[in-house]
Order: sequence, then C-alpha cells, then structure tokens
Amino acid sequence: MRVRGLWLEAAFWLVLAAGFVLWPSRLPLASQVLIAGLFALSYDLILGYAGILSLGHAAYFGVGAYSAGLLAAHGWGEPISGLIAAGLLAALAGLITSPLVVRGTDLTRLMITTGLGLLLFELANRLGAITGGVDGLQGVEVQPLFGALRFDIYGRTAYGYVLAVVFVLFLAARRLVRSPFGLSLRGIRGNPARMRAIGCRVDLHLAAVYTFSAACAGVAGALLTQTTQFVGLDVLSFGRSAELLVMLIVGGAGLLYGGFIGAAVFMIAHHYLSSLDPVYWQFWLGAGLVLIVLVGRDGILGLGHRVLGVRRRRAGPAP
Amino acid sequence: MSGRLWGALALAVAVIAATGAAAQDVVKVGMIAEMSGPFAETGRQMVNGAKAYQKVYGESVGGRKVELIVRDSTGPAPEVAKRLAQELLVNDKVDFLAGFGLTPNALAVAPLATETRKPMIVMNAATSVITLKSPYIVRVSFTLAQVAAPLGTWAARNGIGKVYTLVADYGPGIDAETAFKKTFVAGGGEIVGEVRTPLRNVEFAPYLQRIKDARPQAVFIFLPVGEQPVAFMKGFAERELDKAGIRVIATGDVTEDGQLEAMGETPLGVVTTHHYSAAHDSAQNRTFLKAFAEVAGPDFKPNFMAVGAWDGMAAIYESIRRNGSGPIDGDRALAALKGLKLDSPRGPIMIDPETRDVVQTVYVRRVQKRGGRVFNVEFEQIANVKDPGK
Repeated sequence: MRVRGLWLEAAFWLVLAAGFVLWPSRLPLASQVLIAGLFALSYDLILGYAGILSLGHAAYFGVGAYSAGLLAAHGWGEPISGLIAAGLLAALAGLITSPLVVRGTDLTRLMITTGLGLLLFELANRLGAITGGVDGLQGVEVQPLFGALRFDIYGRTAYGYVLAVVFVLFLAARRLVRSPFGLSLRGIRGNPARMRAIGCRVDLHLAAVYTFSAACAGVAGALLTQTTQFVGLDVLSFGRSAELLVMLIVGGAGLLYGGFIGAAVFMIAHHYLSSLDPVYWQFWLGAGLVLIVLVGRDGILGLGHRVLGVRRRRAGPAP
Repeated sequence: MSGRLWGALALAVAVIAATGAAAQDVVKVGMIAEMSGPFAETGRQMVNGAKAYQKVYGESVGGRKVELIVRDSTGPAPEVAKRLAQELLVNDKVDFLAGFGLTPNALAVAPLATETRKPMIVMNAATSVITLKSPYIVRVSFTLAQVAAPLGTWAARNGIGKVYTLVADYGPGIDAETAFKKTFVAGGGEIVGEVRTPLRNVEFAPYLQRIKDARPQAVFIFLPVGEQPVAFMKGFAERELDKAGIRVIATGDVTEDGQLEAMGETPLGVVTTHHYSAAHDSAQNRTFLKAFAEVAGPDFKPNFMAVGAWDGMAAIYESIRRNGSGPIDGDRALAALKGLKLDSPRGPIMIDPETRDVVQTVYVRRVQKRGGRVFNVEFEQIANVKDPGK
C-alpha cells in the first residue's frame, strides 16, 4: 500500500511536469492553481496537522507578496533571492505573531487571526506611500530567471518556476509531517492536555509549525507577485483567507494533497463557470461546493480514499 | 454512393473555407470587467453599455464582425485580470483589450499591451497614472482630478468661502481631495477642516457632528459609488446640517444616476461636477438611453460607466474603420485613436494625442426634480478639461 501511494504521488507530479505539453494554452491558470495549492498546503500544515483554525492566513501570503514586490520595485529584481527573502520575512511575521495565535482555543484563534489579517490589510491601505494603497504597487520589474529565461506572455517560464518551487516546498512539508515532529503535532491536535502531560512542549511545537506555515504562505504570495509582476491590496483581503479554508475543506484537510486538489477544483470551476456565465457563476460554484462537502465529508480526497478503500493514515477526525 | 461522398466532401470544403473566411473577417474585443463581487455593478454597466452601442451601430463595421468576449475579473484582483488578459491575447487572439473598472486591474495588464502591441481601451478606471503605463493605453472615461478640480474653481467663484472636506481614505478619495483643495485654495477659498473616513465605514454620525460644529459653508465629499453616499446623505438630513446652512458639494460619483433615486429627497440641491448626467440634453444621449433600456431592461439605470463603455466601443469601431481590411495593427490603431473626436452621449470628447487621455467638457450640475423624478441637471459647463494630474 505504501508503494502504491508512492506511485500515485510520482504520477501526480509527473502529470504536472507534463503540463507544458498537456495544457500549453492554460499555463497562466495552472501556475495560479499551483500557487493557491501551495498556499493551501501551508494552511493544511496548521489546520490539518496541528489543528489551528485560522481566518487570517492571507496576512502571511500578503507579507510575502509585498516583500517580493517591494524588493523588485526597488531594484532587486532577481527572482530566486527575492523569493527567499520574501519567505524569510513571512516566516519572521509568523514567528512574531505565533505567541498570539497558539494559545487559546478555536474561537479565540479565529478572532485573533481574523483581527491580524484585517490589521495588516488596513496597514497596507494606509501606507499608500510605500505599498501604493488601493491602486497597487507600481514598478514591479522581475528580472529573467537565471538571467536568461524571461517571464513570457505564454506563462512558460512562470509555470516551470512555480512548479519547481512548489515541489521543493512540498517535499519539505512531506518530510516534516512524517517526522516525529509531525507525529507530535497530530498528537497535539488530538489532545493537547495529554500531550502536555507526557512532556511535550505544546506551544513551542505549534509556534514552530506556524512559522514554517507562514514561510510557505509567504513564498506562495511572492510567487504570485513575481509571475504577475504586480501586487495589489487583494493579496491581504479577508476573502483570500476564507477561500483558502474552502479550498482546503473541499480538497480534504490533513492529507497534504488536499490543498492542491481543492485549489484546482475551486479555481478551474471558477474559471470555466465565470466564462460560461460572467454574471451568475457564483451560484453554480456555491452549489457545487455544497454538493462536494455533502457527498464527501472529508473533501474530494477523503471521498477518493473511501471509494478506493484505502486505509486512512490520519490520526483522527477533522477538527 | 460515390455521389453522396463527393457531396459530403464538397460540403466539408465549403464549411472549412467559410470558417476560414469568417476568421479573417472577425475583429475580437476582449473585455475584462468586474462582473461579480462588490464591484459587479461596474461590470454590468460596462457590458450593457458596450452592447447598447452594438445594438445601435450594428455588430459589424467596414464589413467585419466585431465580437465581444467578456471575462470576469471578479473585483480588485490584478492577478486574475492579468491571467485573463494573457489568455485573451494568446488563446482567443483578441485585437483589442477593453473594459477595466478598477485601477489595479488596468495597471497589471498594461505591460501585456506593450508587449503584444495591442490597443488597450480603458473604459472606466480613473487614476491619472494609468495611461502612462503603456503607450498602447487609451482612456475614454475620465480621471477623478479632471472632474474634482473644476468644482474647486466653481465653489470659490460662487460665494463659498469655507469648506470642510470629507473623503474615503483610499487612493481615489485622496486624489479627489488634493485636486479640489488645489483649485479651491487658489481661487481664494479656505479649508476649515478635513477628514478621511475608513473605506468600510457607513456610520457618519460622529463626522457629521464635527462638521456641523466647524460651521463651514459647504462640505466637499468623495465617497465610492454605492451605499456610502446614501448613508452620508441620510445622516446629513438627520443631523439637520442643511438647516444649519451647510451645503453639500461633490464629484458626480456621489449622486451617480443609477443610485440617485434610491436616495430619495435628501440630495436635492446638492451641486456636483462630472462629465456625464443621464439628464444631458442631446440627440446622442437620447439614442444611448433608449438603446441601453432595450439591452438591459427598463429597471437598470445607466450611469457614466455605461457611457465609458459606449465611447470605448465607438473608439474601437472608428479605429477598425480606419485600419482598412488587413489584420488590426496596434500602431495604426493607436495612430487612429490619437486625436480622435467623438460625439459622446456626454457631449463632445477628444483623445489627447499626447497623453492618450480623454479631453472633455465637465458640467456643474444640481440635483433637481423633473417630472417627479430626480436628476442631475447641468447648469454650467467648462469645455476642454484635460486631466490636471499629468
């Protein structure tokens, strides 16, 4: 079973790599699906594995997006170093805010994360001189990748770049959740009091995963800025945090791939429905989402697992 | 048997030939508009405005069919706008980009217009800087500074000496405040107080009390189109600022034609400056209003956004006409658009050949009742106003 899982995983990434041939005219959309997938993966780490419910994760996405944008707008247009810097800054933001978030229960966490998200949004709006306010940050110029590959209009460079970065971070996340550290996170999600009783430093564990998750979210934001060559206030919007939750629930939380599946289903449905019916597409999207959640309690992946009869590797029911 | 086969073959060839010919004779316009979310009104106005134009002037020009492809940017979402533009250019092979109700969306798409040398017709987004971002951008709508600056001059000249300003705290609000203050102070007026209100605010009571205490002769406001102007006007009447002798002056967004009737009697007497009023008296405006009602139904009231799209289509039609029969060439289209003069429902407009921005008449209007309905009635006009932001 382990081996079959590995084959499935390899197939998943090979199909994505074959995207250049399989969907050459849809590369811009595919890049944005991958970015949303990475963002959802970062959220899966804290919600699906550590049980931290958040409605303000766009804050870190936005920190990454604006960091990458500001660096590129002020002359540092080299993408890879810009990406790393943005990831580190988002991690720093995660580290600083983690003490506020990890204490407390679901309800307080919801309030605190929502509040943090709104604060950061308003801050970016007020600091118009730096961020460009509602008009968005102007003058973001990202240099060619490795000094040679320009970000072209077909989105080929962007897709390859995004896919490579997402794959590397996915491997890191996969390693993380399968390590003893990952196991103790699941223990904390199951019963924090008991974990404390057996000598686990719960707050430290949660702070660590929260920081890593913030870094991943920041990289996702930076990727969006670099491939769009623009950044606007919407990266920090509450809607982005809420959509993130929807994507992860639709895909299936606590399964690593759930975020990617959810992001793909959500964004592709969004894309096609809105070109079929630019005015009332939201109705059909909503109806589809309700149906998915009704039919598959643990999202699409959960449904797939049940259909295939795969034994769940997860520790317990979703929070 | 073989006869039927030949028949089928001939039919197939004919069909292929016909589609080939059709492909050459179609000019595609990719319209990126906000069709859903909080700014859906903008998109619906624009799409219906464009369709109204096609209803009146036909779906083809110079023997070529003009196909409108509408895509939903969902709101202020630059990455979505950019992706849609990429797909429109690469997959649908559009000849023109059009639409754009919000500044970030237009700014994100600007580099693509430059790269592909496709004309990009901005039908609404009103920040000065947009046209500077690509030599292929042409704007047919307005800029906020363009309509706010004449109001300052008008107020100073018409016995309003002390003004309190209240604007929404975001880019356009600050633009409007700056432009108004500049001309008002230059005309000898005095700003006795200013406040910027949060974008999501709908509770104006504390601000209104402060304004009342400051005793200005008028309050200048800019608030985003929607529920905020309604809430402001309601609070204004409740706190009896009108009885304290304070007038309201604003840019035309505040008493926008689509919303005006929802505001009831309170805005009566409000003076605004703007480039379009549904009450504008001209043959072209009557044609526009009639066509819009046919396309969108009688309950959907058009406003300046629909006019922006109408004029955008007029500009596109004109550049197709001047392009001749070959494929649409971006540079030739731009040459046709620069200096283009149009008879718009709002009055005469021109595309400035240097800035590619719109030059137009700005009207001073007063909210009045006419035949039981409320209108922005124009009573003064300032011709050939350029965008002062450049």
